[in-house]
Amino acid sequence: MNRLSWFNAVSLTLGFAFLYIPMIILIIFSFNESKLVTVWAGFSTKWYGELVQNEAFLDAAWVTVRVAVFSSTLATILGTAAAYVLVRGGRFFGRTLFSGMIYAPLVMPEVITGLSLLLLFIGIGLDRGILTIVLAHTTFSMCFVSVVVSSRLVTFDQSLEEAALDLGCSPAQAFRLVTLPIIAPAVISGWLLAFTLSLDDLVIASFTSGPSATTLPIKIFSAVRLGVSPEINALSTLMIAVVTVGVITASLVTKRAMMRQKQDEMAAARTE
Amino acid sequence: MRRAFLIAVPYVWLLALFLVPFFIVLKISLSDIELAIPPYTPTLDFSQGWSGIKEFFSQLDFENFVWLTEDDLYWKAYLSSVKIAVISTFFTLLVGYPIAYGMARAPVEWRPTLMMLVILPFWTSFLIRVYAWMGILSNEGYLNQLLLWTGLISTPLTILNTNTAVYIGIVYTYLPFMILPIYSALERMDESLIEAAEDLGCSRVQAFWLVTVPLSRPGIIAGCFLVMIPVIGEFVIPSLLGGSGTLMIGKVLWEEFFSNRDWPVASAVAVVLLLILVIPIVLFQRNQQKQTEAEQ
Repeated sequence: MNRLSWFNAVSLTLGFAFLYIPMIILIIFSFNESKLVTVWAGFSTKWYGELVQNEAFLDAAWVTVRVAVFSSTLATILGTAAAYVLVRGGRFFGRTLFSGMIYAPLVMPEVITGLSLLLLFIGIGLDRGILTIVLAHTTFSMCFVSVVVSSRLVTFDQSLEEAALDLGCSPAQAFRLVTLPIIAPAVISGWLLAFTLSLDDLVIASFTSGPSATTLPIKIFSAVRLGVSPEINALSTLMIAVVTVGVITASLVTKRAMMRQKQDEMAAARTE
Repeated sequence: MRRAFLIAVPYVWLLALFLVPFFIVLKISLSDIELAIPPYTPTLDFSQGWSGIKEFFSQLDFENFVWLTEDDLYWKAYLSSVKIAVISTFFTLLVGYPIAYGMARAPVEWRPTLMMLVILPFWTSFLIRVYAWMGILSNEGYLNQLLLWTGLISTPLTILNTNTAVYIGIVYTYLPFMILPIYSALERMDESLIEAAEDLGCSRVQAFWLVTVPLSRPGIIAGCFLVMIPVIGEFVIPSLLGGSGTLMIGKVLWEEFFSNRDWPVASAVAVVLLLILVIPIVLFQRNQQKQTEAEQ
């Protein structure tokens, strides 16, 4: 069955229309001349001009990017370690608790995570600011990284690692020379996921940020509460553009890496 | 030695920043509100030794939980959160399944592109995707403009700031969470099973219900949990798309904390919410573990 039946074609078309039309409308109306967002009054890029002059937004954007870079990097290291331990670590004391703590944050309502972390930070007397947001974001995004990486770890051939160990690698060398290159695409997509989760987060950041550090979603949320505005449309369009370019580039890169890997594996199979 | 280190670092991190905070929430939910910094009493004072600790425990009580049962607002908010979550999960499944099915039956060379089209909105800011609907659903919004123009209605419909808008917002933003696990279950399915069922006298519809649906069950279960559990505590969607009549516990908790500054009651709300979620979270985790083990 290599052609789409009419039912599947219709459901795909309607489904993707539903997913994309709201965002397309948003993008179109960011170029609207009028301040009234629902009435089209001609093409203009003036809202983008106002946006780049808005210091508050620029400051918030800079805070957000720094938080995202730090927290996603930390989360990738911790999450990869956690995934490795869960898939390859065998049995150890408290393994069930550990895997529970990895899966629970994936579905934990953000209000609970945010509130509990805030109360922790206040309890230990840590001033709220960039550091506390980074700690909070690292904690929940490391779990997402761990799930992404462990799904790659379970599918790859463990005998490759064993072969490296037989040939005289230390476990650390085997990890660096064999395991890491194979799981690299998953680690990179884990980092990207952690990065966007951090960029995106409103609730946990609202709880854990102080007056010294406001992130972009917090700024957007307080602006959006008052209603739709063309400036926010322009900002949204820029963010959608960045994400689209990022996702497409990342998927092309991983696709190429996977194709190269497949070729290598086939070449290896031929020489056997 | 190195293995112990590898286990210990993420383990200790999660204990300190995930598990311990819950106990703090639990402790504060048993405290009383106070006009001080921090705004609750008692606080643990180790300087007085054992008597300080005893004093601390004697002052904890369940007053805030009693308060939750006395005021209508709270249990109504819990009930309506669960109701909204169940209904919207059902609609997300209804919308998501055909899309996942269509993707899994599409020509192989299309699949990566379709997959990316589903993932792309998922990577786009949640806040922006909710915000996009504010412009569509408002009284002067694009949907009303379209409907008025086609003559289907003569007065604008009020959709924004109602529960309908909340349902639309949830289905829209959580759709990728439903599509992806179902798609991955359907894609792995062996299509010759359908042919076998049809050879054995099933109609297409029967084959779908008797073969395809049971085989995609792990995906359906994962998808439903991934949508339902976070939706119960959802804050952004009810506060932007919902109205004063939309009662959701995430919003109540937020207001209790940021507007009323009543940390003990906010903590009690969180503890009860967590108790409601424990069962689905444990079931979700079991489902995920079973799947991982099946793959191994």
